Amino acid sequence: MRITLTVNGEQHRLTVEPRRTLADALREDLGLTGTHLGCEHGVCGACTVLVDGEPVRACLMFAVQAEGCAVATVEGLAEPDGTLHPLQEAFSVCHGLQCGACTPGMLMTAAHLLAVEPDPDRERIRAEMAGNICRCTGYVGIVDAVASAAAALAQDERP
Amino acid sequence: MKCARFSYHRAVDVADAVTALAEADGEGKLLAGGQSLVPVMALRMAAPEVIVDVNRIPGLDHLEVHDGVLRAGALVRHAALAGQTLHPLAAAAARWIGHAAIRSRGTLAGSLAHADPSAELPAVLRACDGAVHVAGPGGSRRVDAAALFTGALQSDVGEDEMITAVELPCPDAWGFAEFARRHGDFAVVSVAAARFGSELRIVVGGVAGTPHLVPAGDLDGPLDDARVASLADAAADDVDPPSDLHGSAGHRRALTREMTRRALASVAATPAREPV
Repeated sequence: MRITLTVNGEQHRLTVEPRRTLADALREDLGLTGTHLGCEHGVCGACTVLVDGEPVRACLMFAVQAEGCAVATVEGLAEPDGTLHPLQEAFSVCHGLQCGACTPGMLMTAAHLLAVEPDPDRERIRAEMAGNICRCTGYVGIVDAVASAAAALAQDERP
Repeated sequence: MKCARFSYHRAVDVADAVTALAEADGEGKLLAGGQSLVPVMALRMAAPEVIVDVNRIPGLDHLEVHDGVLRAGALVRHAALAGQTLHPLAAAAARWIGHAAIRSRGTLAGSLAHADPSAELPAVLRACDGAVHVAGPGGSRRVDAAALFTGALQSDVGEDEMITAVELPCPDAWGFAEFARRHGDFAVVSVAAARFGSELRIVVGGVAGTPHLVPAGDLDGPLDDARVASLADAAADDVDPPSDLHGSAGHRRALTREMTRRALASVAATPAREPV
């Protein structure tokens, strides 16, 4: 099937099999391998991307369902000149990642959380990030990173 | 794993979806939120030949209250249900479902049709004595909550039928309590409680193949701590839960008592509200 979708602001035309997941279309057809795949059945959260602003498990959505949608992936977080997004910066500073397998999903989940809830407390951060599994860090660094990024983003928005 | 091959039909309206299912002759499957269907396809526990995608059907995402009953379209997502204030019990229950990335896709009607015995919304439908509207080749019919759930993962929605709308009566007072290992996991035990006038309805999820309605009867006096405790004991006595790796029967029985107590404490604490 032929589909058109926008990824990080750039429009793409693709021909995909109906069974192609959005995650595989991003990785295999568009070469955007920043979106990682872990379990491929909706449990680990590694493939989380934003579709029309809402977080979605890209392994549980077929690419044909994204026809006409705007997809945001981890590749779109940093500035074009390479300046890291405050979340990426905070994950680095707070040791919120080790092997990196879960990190793109963590970042996109956190990006959505801070977009809808700019000042979550640590308990809220833990609850909202519970859908993303990390086998390295023990999560403390991840919670620190999201809290730290929330503070940095609040600072940025001060007049 | 990757899904088996299927052909894809993007339905334009309900009639189109039902026709496509009928033409698939038992080999078709409706795709709404896909949060239960796609995992089983990825694990190749299901390999439907035809996927009928209902996500683009217009007019199925409405949420409105008429005569004290919330009427919700089939495509109302869990996130929308969690965010609305028309039916606070449904909102409270929806917040327990999965994670943000699940709630943004999963649908009310999909959860009811899927009929997972540990899922939140089937318990809410039963507690509110709601109903669903089902469209099929022979027209549409209305199925009461009491008749909808026929067994674990089994509902009275045929393979060529589609839930189009859900009716959830708005209770006068409500409560929802759940125990899960992590936030977002399926409930080990959940309890939805709803009071309509003097009628109290307590439904326990996770203890049987279908949501379990505890005979609670009419409230003839105040719902004070002693009454809450005796109803919680009665609920624990009434269930006959299974043992599995998530919890023993005894653990589930104890959880039923405590979750019922918490849900009823919320019922007792619900402020009187203006009629909608």
